[in-house]
Amino acid sequence: MRRDRRSRRVALLAVLPMYLFTLAFVIGPLAYMLVLSFMRRSGAWGVEADFTLRNYLHIGEPVFLATFWQSLRLAFATTALVTLIGYPFGYFMARLTPKWRNRCMILLIVPFWTSSLMRLYGWMIVFRANGALDRLLMWAGLTDRPLKLLYTYPAVVVGMVYALVPFMIYSVYSSAEKLDMGLLEAARDLGAPRSHAFLTVALPLTMPGVGSGLVLTFIPSMGLYFIADILGGNKVVLVGTLIQEQLMKVHDWPFAAALSVVLMALTSLFLFVYRRATHSGELEGLV
Amino acid sequence: MRTDFHIRPSRLYLGLMLALMYLPILFVIVYSFNASKQSAVWSGFTLDWYRELFRDRSMFEALRNSLVLGLLSSCAAGAVGTLAAVGLARAKLFGGEAMAFLSTLPIMAPEIILGMVFLAFFSLIGLPFGMLTLVIAHTAFSIPYVFLMVKARLAGLDKSLAEAAKDLGASEARAFWDITLPLILPAIVSGMLLAFAMSFDDVIISVFVTGVDTNTLPIKIYSQIKTGVTPKTNALCTLLFFAAAALGLLSAWAGSPRVQYKRTQ
Repeated sequence: MRRDRRSRRVALLAVLPMYLFTLAFVIGPLAYMLVLSFMRRSGAWGVEADFTLRNYLHIGEPVFLATFWQSLRLAFATTALVTLIGYPFGYFMARLTPKWRNRCMILLIVPFWTSSLMRLYGWMIVFRANGALDRLLMWAGLTDRPLKLLYTYPAVVVGMVYALVPFMIYSVYSSAEKLDMGLLEAARDLGAPRSHAFLTVALPLTMPGVGSGLVLTFIPSMGLYFIADILGGNKVVLVGTLIQEQLMKVHDWPFAAALSVVLMALTSLFLFVYRRATHSGELEGLV
Repeated sequence: MRTDFHIRPSRLYLGLMLALMYLPILFVIVYSFNASKQSAVWSGFTLDWYRELFRDRSMFEALRNSLVLGLLSSCAAGAVGTLAAVGLARAKLFGGEAMAFLSTLPIMAPEIILGMVFLAFFSLIGLPFGMLTLVIAHTAFSIPYVFLMVKARLAGLDKSLAEAAKDLGASEARAFWDITLPLILPAIVSGMLLAFAMSFDDVIISVFVTGVDTNTLPIKIYSQIKTGVTPKTNALCTLLFFAAAALGLLSAWAGSPRVQYKRTQ
């Protein structure tokens, strides 16, 4: 009994730093964001304690609703493409021999360790008017003048997919790796065609990976405004862009807070649905 | 034979996708050696941009800031995250589940929100913006990586090992030090590495919480991309890429079965 109590005290001591840090620098700031969103802007920089719903009503204006809609659309498009491209990659990778699996993993990780800005900048070079892609297309005779793809919506989509596809790959890979190939063989031996064996055996068993991949792509894609900023110019305005503008240029902090609360609510809703669907919050491939 | 036939188109797909992933990086590298300032035209090989880069003092300062920031925040997260994971695995504590969830919020919420709340909160409590605020913010999103990895590792660990040590007379501390810690060390290290990589690459949160005169490398690159890139940026990115590639190969080599085997000899 005594050892038990002592052990508890040690455990409490061990978790204390994280408890305190989380209270002070996670819960504190988030609570302040909530409070701030009901305050009123005063003067050029300041805020005034108040209780007003003005900031939330402000979001209801068509301009801002359109921005939310554009963000959601981009997030969905990105997530769909990431799944389509990342699933086969993760699945095929899991079926390689261990040696090649490791090599593939390293090849995947190195760009991921490289500055994400550098990779974005590389896409800028590719998409720029008269840049690499334009000249390739003209050389191939597919078009006779530069397409000027930089600062367009498709360029932003490419940038987003490129930045987030590794998360889907890791998630799918880690559940496909655990897949018992004997099950697939059994299905095949029992006469199932290859596609059927995949759809009824492999696909359902790798769904947890897809699920966590969806979470790991969808949530960041709601906030990666700097990709839209760099590859989309000012043509693609996202909620993130809006928040950043309100903070740094307009200095309307309460409105920025209200925007963040709504964005947070949207992503929490997504997480909640995911938890409900999977009966657990564990994300495969994250750890 | 059947698997051989099956695997080929899939290998083609893997190779093609990997090639596509390296395409933008390749362009940055090639243009870092371009004599022309306009990156659309190729006009001969030069190392001028590298020379110019090494003369740029502010770049080195930004690099130093990024390294210090990454080291401090990943070490802080390593200590705090590991302790918490070990503590929570040991005893059922009041509110433990809730705290574990809340502490992972920084990697569950979109980064822009984190940037916004830190900016508002730090100015509320009057912390001076600079290295201190950067370290706090980066530690906040680094803790979850270490915490989750160590937690997962502990969950898969055989508890009877530490129990056996204690039955044989080892003290609590000794059992932890000699048995548990070596077993969870790989998870701690990979959590900290991931945290470091995230910190070293972070733009969004850093932009919000940095002071006027504390630049990190990503902030510097970002502002250069926004205002017009000089080939100097290409040179910098190229060097960073090769550093990352070397690190990646090194860690792969260290983790390869042959080296692991030698280490146990």
